[in-house]
Amino acid sequence: MSPHQQFAEDLALYALNSLPGDERAALVKHLEGCAECRRELEQLRGDMALLALSTAGPAPPRRARERLMKAVAGEPKLQPAPRRAWWGIAGWNMAGWVTAAALALVAFGFWQQNENAKQLVSSMLRTSLEQQKRLQQAREVVDTLTATDAMRVTLVAAKTPPQPQGKAIYLRDRSRLIFLASNMPQLPPQKAYELWLIPTSGAPIPAGVFKPDAHGSAAVINPPLPPGIEAKAFAITVEPESGSATPTMPILMVGAGE
Amino acid sequence: MGWKVAIRRRGPIRTPERRDNCLPSAESKGVSADAALLSAIRSGDESAMAMLYDRYSSIVYAVALRVLGDTGAAEDVMQEVFLQLWRSSGTFDANRGSLGPWLAVIARNRAIDALRKRRPETGIDDVVVAVECDMAGGAERARAMEKVRGALGSMAPAQRGALEMAYFEGLTHTEIAAKTGEPLGTIKTRIRAGLLALRKVVYP
Repeated sequence: MSPHQQFAEDLALYALNSLPGDERAALVKHLEGCAECRRELEQLRGDMALLALSTAGPAPPRRARERLMKAVAGEPKLQPAPRRAWWGIAGWNMAGWVTAAALALVAFGFWQQNENAKQLVSSMLRTSLEQQKRLQQAREVVDTLTATDAMRVTLVAAKTPPQPQGKAIYLRDRSRLIFLASNMPQLPPQKAYELWLIPTSGAPIPAGVFKPDAHGSAAVINPPLPPGIEAKAFAITVEPESGSATPTMPILMVGAGE
Repeated sequence: MGWKVAIRRRGPIRTPERRDNCLPSAESKGVSADAALLSAIRSGDESAMAMLYDRYSSIVYAVALRVLGDTGAAEDVMQEVFLQLWRSSGTFDANRGSLGPWLAVIARNRAIDALRKRRPETGIDDVVVAVECDMAGGAERARAMEKVRGALGSMAPAQRGALEMAYFEGLTHTEIAAKTGEPLGTIKTRIRAGLLALRKVVYP
């Protein structure tokens, strides 16, 4: 078996973004040095595009186009590339040495600006590297929490049968929420669990819809939440797959803050 | 996040005998129309963006809706995909291939990320899609769609199931094996063989 055949099946999973941690890392390393496997990966992505063609459905709603165009109009304006350099314009010959002298002055100015720019770039590069390092650390935490192939163990008192459990970690000031669940019973196809933030006053706020995996584990990481809401408790109900705006009784699980 | 966008041609597919599949339009009007639209978009032309949306929104929305099963969520994914294209249009070289397949793959990946409630995979930065196919609609797309559906229809149910679970539900081979009770190796083989079967039918 050649090294490429060894990676053939993993390449398909990698193209589908479903190759787990260790195997993924090994394949990424191999891809760096193997043009043949990179080409095959591109072709597998081409095959994925073909599979997209098997889908058919209603046309997107009219409002989606308006929404996109509104967002596009709100984006920072793009800077078009100049079509022709300014010195290509007629007149260079006539301007002659005068223009050359002016250019020399401009060039000196550019050189000075260039030195300043170099220092700025160097400083930005250092900041960027530092940010990348922090981002990498954060990613590793989230990857571990959400990896589908991670081993998840819930410890309970000995001789107690496994019970559905959820743990919510909430940072009110930053509207951040991490929720992990285990031993959750499977649901019918069109149903999902919905997590609710129960504020100290006011109606429950939706905090993410989730379905447990085959082992009953699930995670909700940083669902969109209104800022600064003080939570009295968190609760879970069963809702339609698309989620609900208000909880459907009964409340299956609930936990109050410490 | 900036998306590095590139689409490459398949090397051998320009041979005349392959002209009966979905290639001709990609070679002529599809790619050149994309190139013209992208060029206008790069200079900030919003009406060109609207035209590009009109060409590809149906495939992007269809694949997102199939994955997510929810019109609102599919619309959100579509919005995100097109906005990223607007922001990254400067790095896209349409002369190197077709835009439709790239959009279809990115839409599928983004929809799976939304379905599994995970951050976008890092690999999305550099997604190169080697296929030429005009997915802008009309007869070319309909012909290719017919071939792909034919290929899926003639697959063994277990193989088609594994491929669709991996592609449209974003399940890992481990999850599919747990669901079907079959060995991991069998699932891996079925997923790859399924993708290759599509390639063979559309590019015989």
